[in-house]
Amino acid sequence: MKRSDGAVVNGRARDDASAEVASGEDALTRGDRANLLRYMAMMRSSEERAITLYRQGKVPGSFYDGCGQEAISVGSAYVLGPRDRMCILHRDLGAHFVRGVTPDRYFANYMGRAGGVTAGKDGNMHFGARDLGCVGMVSMLPDMALVANGMAMAFKARHEPRVAMTYFGEGSTANGQWHEAMNFAAVHRLPVVFVLENNQFAYSTPNDLEFAADPVPRAETYGFPGVHVDGNDVEAVFEASREAAERARSGGGPTLIGCETMRMHGHGAHDDMSYVPEGMFEEWRARDPIDRYARRLVDEHGFSDDEVEAIRSEVRSYVEGCAEQALASPMPDPEEATRGVFADEPTPLGDGQAPWSRWATDAGSARAA
Amino acid sequence: MPPETTYLAAISDGLREEMRRDQSVMCIGEDIGAFGGAFKVTDGFFEEFGSDRVLDAPLAEHAIIGAAVGAAVEGMRPVCEMQFADFISCGFDQLVNVAAKLHYRQGVAVPMVVRLPSGGGFSGGAVHSQNPEAWFLQAPGLKVVAPATAADAKGLLASAIRDPNPVCYLEHKGLYRRIKGEVPEGEHVVPFGEARVAREGGELTVIAYGSSVHLALDAADELDEDIEVIDLRTLQPLDTEAILASVRKTSKVLVAHEATQSCGVGAEVSALISEHAFEDLDAPVRRLTTPDVPIPFSPPLEQAVLPQLEDMKEACRELLRY
Repeated sequence: MKRSDGAVVNGRARDDASAEVASGEDALTRGDRANLLRYMAMMRSSEERAITLYRQGKVPGSFYDGCGQEAISVGSAYVLGPRDRMCILHRDLGAHFVRGVTPDRYFANYMGRAGGVTAGKDGNMHFGARDLGCVGMVSMLPDMALVANGMAMAFKARHEPRVAMTYFGEGSTANGQWHEAMNFAAVHRLPVVFVLENNQFAYSTPNDLEFAADPVPRAETYGFPGVHVDGNDVEAVFEASREAAERARSGGGPTLIGCETMRMHGHGAHDDMSYVPEGMFEEWRARDPIDRYARRLVDEHGFSDDEVEAIRSEVRSYVEGCAEQALASPMPDPEEATRGVFADEPTPLGDGQAPWSRWATDAGSARAA
Repeated sequence: MPPETTYLAAISDGLREEMRRDQSVMCIGEDIGAFGGAFKVTDGFFEEFGSDRVLDAPLAEHAIIGAAVGAAVEGMRPVCEMQFADFISCGFDQLVNVAAKLHYRQGVAVPMVVRLPSGGGFSGGAVHSQNPEAWFLQAPGLKVVAPATAADAKGLLASAIRDPNPVCYLEHKGLYRRIKGEVPEGEHVVPFGEARVAREGGELTVIAYGSSVHLALDAADELDEDIEVIDLRTLQPLDTEAILASVRKTSKVLVAHEATQSCGVGAEVSALISEHAFEDLDAPVRRLTTPDVPIPFSPPLEQAVLPQLEDMKEACRELLRY
């Protein structure tokens, strides 16, 4: 079933490595393009709303967002099929939304409510929706790259054409676990896609104090492709991710996708970014991934200004409704604090939403917002 | 009557049987494939189960533990081998921050086992001889087991593999070939949280686990005294009922382990007893442990710090006299 704008909202799940995959221009329908804009706008609107909640004192702890990086998580997650799996990081809210997390669960998580993804057990972006095939992050970076390897290892051991995808910032490439992750994935030729987000700063540390040589070409020396992508171009990210996922799915092993972008907000809401050189914001603001894609939809893909504005305003009111819902939701029962340390039984991960039209015919379970 | 099996063979047999029983059980570690492992626990596994289920890993403990977490949440039952328990320090972050907390934080069960060849007594030096169980006990979400007998080595391994949580399985290297015993053939599962009365007695309780169980049994036999020996088997969960029942029976307690003393299992058991059985005691709870030093290399130095049979006998005699 398709909505009026062509977005897929229903389908049946099936993984099939041999399925025909269109590439380039043909890979995305009009509905897909509307979805890409929609999910990026949903990330921006949700994070803007959550910053307000933080400033109003409704968010305990701290606040982190991915303003300016929306194209990366949306464009990459959009290629995945339902049975693919993700480890999503703290600048990648869009990936959660693509996979089916609704903003109310995100707001509730930030506010420590019972209805948050972690039910109050963990905060801010430290969540993963088990029911949607995601294992959430920890602050030690890039730990999740090693976990994504393990998911891929399971797929490989069972000869399943499935893919694990994860993210890390360029700061993570300085950590020893990054080397372990890359090398292990390469040696075992694992079906994993590593998305590197170079947002120019690890907290306050600029690129030139993070590494002496660009980390992306290191992939080749580990034994798999590393590609550079404009991280503020959602279709470029999509295309690189599509190629990487298909390579992984067909037994070709890992890929490192290096996305150039800029973190337009502080490391956290407490960070005034005084370390950012003059002019850098202006330069990157001109390349805003959402405004840029909205223009492109009008200029190149036959969308009208009204259609684009309708998508953005629909998202804003949807997000506001989700925020109100989260605000009205209860805090967790203190009795829960000591529960759940141990599991009583296995808890299989559920499948994620897969809104890409490719999955509509042979896969799906898409529930595009 | 089943034949006598070494502790090492019992681990190997138990692991092999679980792999035959359940296709999702897989092994990952350094040199465990074609080579069969540093201590030969996985000897022949590569041939029987293939490279998808017996994975030779690069020298990268974080990669091993992290991969096990990912495979576990995706339906596998990975069993990691640390070549020596000491090397878990190189995979510690994945174990305590990712594996241990995932169920609490996100409701995601992580059914995996980390096999940890532990313990000293063979001039392994400071980084091949440690008993790191207390590290894990401070990481809520990890289960910790330390079999003392061949039968328990097999039975606790089966439980560890079937448990939906990350389990640290401490296998004492000193027991590998020295300890033999009858091991039930076929399926043998020893549940967690059930201590074993290894020797019945009425005058003194020695609470021990792993290699110290044998030290306690030898001391009790040589002293020919009415000593009870409790083998804890599992440290998380801890069988508090068995501990307290024995304290109420004997009123004197020695807690013995090869791990260093401060904040160790002995401290925990001692605190437990003082909280719940203070009025049953006829003597202070005593500990026999390695002092708080790294394990030295040279035999006379190593023997000076690891609890020896004479130390155990003296500690028992002191409490019996009290």
